[in-house]
Amino acid sequence: MKKYDKIVKNALGREVPTVVNGVEMPPYKGVGKHIPDGRKHAPRIPSMANYPEDGNKLVPGLREALQKAGLKDGMTISTHHHFRNGDLLAVQIFDIAAEMGVKDLVWYPSASFPCHEPLIKHMENGTIDHIEGSMNGPLGKFTSEGNMSGTGVLRSHGGRYQAVQDGEVQIDIAVIAAPTADEFGNAHGLEGDAACGLLGFALADSQYADKVIVATDNLVPFPCIPWQIQGNYVDYTVVMDEVGDSSKIVSGTTRITKSPDRQLIAEMTARFCDQAGIIKDGWSFQAGAGGTSLSVGNYFADIMRERNIKARFVRGGSNKYLVDMLEEGLTDYILDGQTFDLEGVRSMRENPGHVNTSPFTSYNYHAKGNFAQFVDVVVLGATEVDVNFNANVATHSDGYLLHGLGGWQNCLFSKTVILPIPLFRDRIPVVRDEVTTICGPGELIDVIVTERGIAINPRRTDLIEKLKDSDLPIKTIEELKDEAERICGKPAKPELDDEIIAVIKWVDGTVIDAVRKVKA
Amino acid sequence: MGKTATAGNKGDKIRSDCHVSLELKDSGGRDIEVNTKTGILFQDVIRKKAEEVLNHFDLKNARLVVEDYGALDFVIAARIEAAIKQVAETDKEFLPEIIQENTTESTREQYRFTRLYLPGDSPKLMLNAGIHYPNGVILDLEDAVAPGKKHDARFLVRNALRQVNFYGAERMVRINQGERGLIDLEYVVPHHVNLVLVPKAETAEDIQKVNEKIEAIQKELNLEYPIWLMPIIESALGVVKAYEIASAADNVVAMAIGLEDYTADLGTLRTDEGTESFFARSQLVNAARAAKVQPIDSVFSDVEDMEALKQNVLRSKALGFDGMGCIHPRQIKVIKQNFAPDEAEIKKAKKIYKAFVEAEKKGLGVVSLGTKMIDAPVVKRARRSIDVAIKTGILDPDWMEKEEK
Repeated sequence: MKKYDKIVKNALGREVPTVVNGVEMPPYKGVGKHIPDGRKHAPRIPSMANYPEDGNKLVPGLREALQKAGLKDGMTISTHHHFRNGDLLAVQIFDIAAEMGVKDLVWYPSASFPCHEPLIKHMENGTIDHIEGSMNGPLGKFTSEGNMSGTGVLRSHGGRYQAVQDGEVQIDIAVIAAPTADEFGNAHGLEGDAACGLLGFALADSQYADKVIVATDNLVPFPCIPWQIQGNYVDYTVVMDEVGDSSKIVSGTTRITKSPDRQLIAEMTARFCDQAGIIKDGWSFQAGAGGTSLSVGNYFADIMRERNIKARFVRGGSNKYLVDMLEEGLTDYILDGQTFDLEGVRSMRENPGHVNTSPFTSYNYHAKGNFAQFVDVVVLGATEVDVNFNANVATHSDGYLLHGLGGWQNCLFSKTVILPIPLFRDRIPVVRDEVTTICGPGELIDVIVTERGIAINPRRTDLIEKLKDSDLPIKTIEELKDEAERICGKPAKPELDDEIIAVIKWVDGTVIDAVRKVKA
Repeated sequence: MGKTATAGNKGDKIRSDCHVSLELKDSGGRDIEVNTKTGILFQDVIRKKAEEVLNHFDLKNARLVVEDYGALDFVIAARIEAAIKQVAETDKEFLPEIIQENTTESTREQYRFTRLYLPGDSPKLMLNAGIHYPNGVILDLEDAVAPGKKHDARFLVRNALRQVNFYGAERMVRINQGERGLIDLEYVVPHHVNLVLVPKAETAEDIQKVNEKIEAIQKELNLEYPIWLMPIIESALGVVKAYEIASAADNVVAMAIGLEDYTADLGTLRTDEGTESFFARSQLVNAARAAKVQPIDSVFSDVEDMEALKQNVLRSKALGFDGMGCIHPRQIKVIKQNFAPDEAEIKKAKKIYKAFVEAEKKGLGVVSLGTKMIDAPVVKRARRSIDVAIKTGILDPDWMEKEEK
């Protein structure tokens, strides 16, 4: 099987393969242009007759569960990132697979973290053929240098749900780490030593995977309430000493920035939203992970307090800062996709207004709507932006693939999308002629806020009109680019090979860009 | 082995800087090694810059290693030149082009509420200093630079004066004390510095010496832009001689107090309340006003406590100071806001000013508000309050027209 085949130019002019790891993938056609046909993927019909009469699905260990699930060459195995960098399962699963001599597996995580670095040896020894999900840090470097056997596929959180639902990815075995579960397989993330809040990323897997294993270190008698994951989908349950390290949920990107420069960008972003009339009673916002975004949320809270208004809902990634807002009454709801710290976990347990959501309710594009479209303003990061407002979150300017897409692409469907970013990082301009990799099309990105000026997408004439007398430094994106180059000089283009090492999927399953091998 | 020298900084936490090691040789040509955090993106740009600097100084046989952490060209050039000048005798300088924005002049009267200290050997803090809009930036060659880095810092500060856009902030440099400070002037006076801070001033002569050196350089190079002086009083003797120091030269525009050194000189500790320095601060304000220069207060060293800073600013304003030093960009806004007039003050000032304009229109010699007569100094203070409110952005410059509508 070819790693990829049949390269064409997509609607953004990017050369992308239309067959990847033997699977056909249509090229990106434009926002809202690819309308799927046919029916959703259907999992096999199970029968109670084949499951224990007493509902007790416990098996002695993870290895037995994988064996019973029929682990064999070429299968697709999924795991989830509710513990972020504290995930303990993925590495164990592939250690077991390697011991069993199984080859050519596809790992289908909802995200990867530096804790997954040990999987590199399983890509070298042939246990894993390729990763579909995200390739962060060390895995990204390994992939960028052309060392992975198959081709990587990057999807957004919503795109992951879409791919499973549409049958583009068929999960053979899903392993769900559950902080609390019963023998039947009902599970939640609210309690237990490894409490992580919610298990939303595993929803699609539980619904569509062939075999579902729930692993827990906190077994409770039936019923495990609330059943965020329903045991009716589950094949086997396993009790382990430890399923995750919830202390590692908190990462560097979930603390508020102390840098005065980034605080300035955050303050400018909040002032922009205020002057654009976005901040009003009953509004909603999402400020993603990352120190600058969190700081923006803090400024939003200040403005709401001052005006005595509140938000109807805030979209999380929840953390201490959002929880404080909820408990202070600055928002009616937190619609939470994942908890970023233990305060988020506590609040989800205690506050009825702190609601757990899944990529289905929040992000899936192949649905009859999702709530990302209701969010008034979303504040996101980017590694690069170009003069057409196209943005990159996956690769760095030197061509290395280092980050996943997360919910980033899905959030672009909010009413106003703002990227607060520094104009340059360590001499490397962030506003460029052309981004290294397009992860989001410029037509969906409305505002770029840098410490040296704010650029509004010319498509947003409404925002341009509202800000025309603003005291904020409104500039064109070309002016920002010129200023970055004037300060930094013009960087050389990265030396990239023709060989494609990964593709970037758009929210509708089309391929928006391809990532090429870095010449070492 | 030939003569060797190093300059710059290295380590995991270093950003926007570089470290260079230079070895001069008798033969063998040039060998330049560049290791840069920016990877392929700027490798060749850095190598080219290194070649250009070595060419400029005519160094044909040398080994140069550049460890780069995202340094801009002016930083790289400053580091290489600092290394070269440790091992080679030369009068040449490698001067980056001066940007248009850095040829502006400043005025005697302009406001100096906030002036941000920038350690002279740390390029990272210089690059974004201007975006926080302090009234002035102080490139510091004195206490913020370790003794071993004084030589390196001169080249960096010189190049920063030519290349870093401070977005309209007055460009100030704090030189060292004594003889070393006089040599510092050679690195800043020719490069459009607006104001020189003279530390630990104790006599009029200290200021005159600095001024004579500035004038000599200006004359030699035919420089016409003004260079203002701000002496810093940091000792008991300096406080006693404050008036003499403030009036030591025509181009003294402001006088500052440095309380860390002053309290040490008194043999006491500095407190937030500042009782121990009450006399010195009052004396400084009085001397500065007598000499018609701006009195400027000491920095506040707790960069986390904004409330304590605010209280400090309010005390400072009440004592009669016109501004304060900042050691962190976060302090700028708090200082600006609190030196600015408050709402009640602006309201009153507007009334008085309107009455004054009205009286002028009618050709009246006397200004009155209701049944009260208003004296000239009251009008003067009101005009100043309004001016400050406009300059600090709390009052619309067109407030009069808008209120009349």
